[in-house]
Amino acid sequence: MKLEFGRLRTSINALLKIALLLVFVFPFLWMISTSLQTFRETMAFPPTWIPASPQWGNFAEAMQAGPFPVYARNSLVITASVIVLQLAVMIPAAYAFAKYRFRGKSLLFGMVLLAFMIPGQVTFIPVYLMMADWGVIKTLLPQIVPFMSNAFGIFLLRQYFMQIPEEIIEAARLDNASELAIMSRIMTPMSMPALATVALFSFVSHWNDYFWPLVMTDSSAVRPLTIGISMLRETEGISNWHIIMAGNVVLVVPILLVYLICSKQIVKAFVYSGIK
Amino acid sequence: MAPLEATERMKEASPESGKRTRTVRRRRLWEGLRPYVMIAPAMAGICLFVMYPVVYLIYLSFYKYNLMNKAKSKFIGLDNYHHIFTRGDFYKALGNTAAYTVGVVVLTMAISLLIAVWIGKKGRLNAALQAGIFTPHIISIVSVSLVWLWLMDPSLGFLNYVLKALGLPASQWLQSSRTALLSVILVSVWQGVGYYALIMVAAIRSIPTPLFEAAALDNAGKTRIFFRITLPLISPQLFFVLIIMTIGSFKVFDTVKIMTGGGPNDATNTLVYYIYSFRTTNIGYASATGVVLMAIIALLTLLYFRLLSKKVYYQ
Repeated sequence: MKLEFGRLRTSINALLKIALLLVFVFPFLWMISTSLQTFRETMAFPPTWIPASPQWGNFAEAMQAGPFPVYARNSLVITASVIVLQLAVMIPAAYAFAKYRFRGKSLLFGMVLLAFMIPGQVTFIPVYLMMADWGVIKTLLPQIVPFMSNAFGIFLLRQYFMQIPEEIIEAARLDNASELAIMSRIMTPMSMPALATVALFSFVSHWNDYFWPLVMTDSSAVRPLTIGISMLRETEGISNWHIIMAGNVVLVVPILLVYLICSKQIVKAFVYSGIK
Repeated sequence: MAPLEATERMKEASPESGKRTRTVRRRRLWEGLRPYVMIAPAMAGICLFVMYPVVYLIYLSFYKYNLMNKAKSKFIGLDNYHHIFTRGDFYKALGNTAAYTVGVVVLTMAISLLIAVWIGKKGRLNAALQAGIFTPHIISIVSVSLVWLWLMDPSLGFLNYVLKALGLPASQWLQSSRTALLSVILVSVWQGVGYYALIMVAAIRSIPTPLFEAAALDNAGKTRIFFRITLPLISPQLFFVLIIMTIGSFKVFDTVKIMTGGGPNDATNTLVYYIYSFRTTNIGYASATGVVLMAIIALLTLLYFRLLSKKVYYQ
């Protein structure tokens, strides 16, 4: 009797867990289903669960609603440039903060931490005016250069560098290795996990970014996918949900693919950044 | 350091010392400068794109800024601030933001803690669940907002279909000023819960197992273990989550912009959306509101540190 009750409990528990999973996954399934429906199917009541015949044409229609190849290229260029620029700036800075002693170090590092606390929602107006002064509003630069110093990344990488034993660096110095070689051939390869964390983090947050491109751009030539997709409601009409969802699928798929391939690293990266 | 200095002194004593001293001196100078050169790009970025803009923002907040003709901008002292604190729509936005923050923080904390305790143990189903509930966090807020906008559509949306199927009255969700803010809160909680649950799972796992074993030996009940062991021991992480969630919620913008546009009837107008809506028409006023937002964020951080540092259990 007791055994059976226990078994019942575990199966109820498992069922509840699947229900929980559905709460978080169902909206995406619904998005995919809608993206393959006809307009008539989206308007039906009760709603259509699975389209009678998948309407692949919806994707073509969504992609023709604006200059989507341009948006996609912008998203790619912005995300890739931000990651490369951040790593190039971050590695020497983190190395200096981790392994050298110099005057004003703690004050300067304090500035890095302070920068971490000040969000773009506070600074966007002055940065926009600055970019307008420099005459670069019509380029992708306003969406790339302001992110050159990743305060969180510098902090994380410095922690990682500090854990690398001093003996390794001393040994390399005795072998006449230059500081540049130590940094690029020893420290950097040894901190690949931290660098991967920072790069993944940047990829996800800049590919997904909506606020910054929204306030920094005023022409479609420099806008990324997020803005393009969000404008589908205006260009395609508020109730053309099958087209809007098709565009949405295009935006989500790259991230979902990356997540499927390395969900463990991504989860680790985000949770680690949360705890530290 | 010492051996190096000794060799240098030896070098200085040798016959052709002049040239060598110069190179040594140059090397020393370089060694002193090197750390600064290495951090220079990072510090330049921070100064140019964070520190200077903050100063500029404060400066702008004292002006009636003319976007077309900068020379026509006028210093007006504290007028912008005076306007902020006498305008009803600012208080409306502030109130909405505070209500949103309280709603999101309380709901997310409670639900993610519950989920963490429930699915925190190792196992295949739990691992799949953790990956699943985390997914919304890495999806663009644009997608999340659009999908929920569709789910919450009053006439054709899936949520109202479910409500009707269950025999409940349909809701207007985002389109009524009574339910709009709550609907936005719901979406934010849905997006964030998985992430915070995983942080708490990691925190709970870091508690040494002998503590739980000892409690089990003493026949302590599950709720007792939760309140006496789990909760106090993960309080540092909870505290951290509380801070980042509060500050994050005060910056809420994207969901509002896409799902409601601040409406209906200003019911979901939030601080950042308020700043955004003045960003081209009245830059000085928008900047002053930005300064207020910055002050609020700074204050919240300080307050939390003061209040909670005493009550939090640190190992």
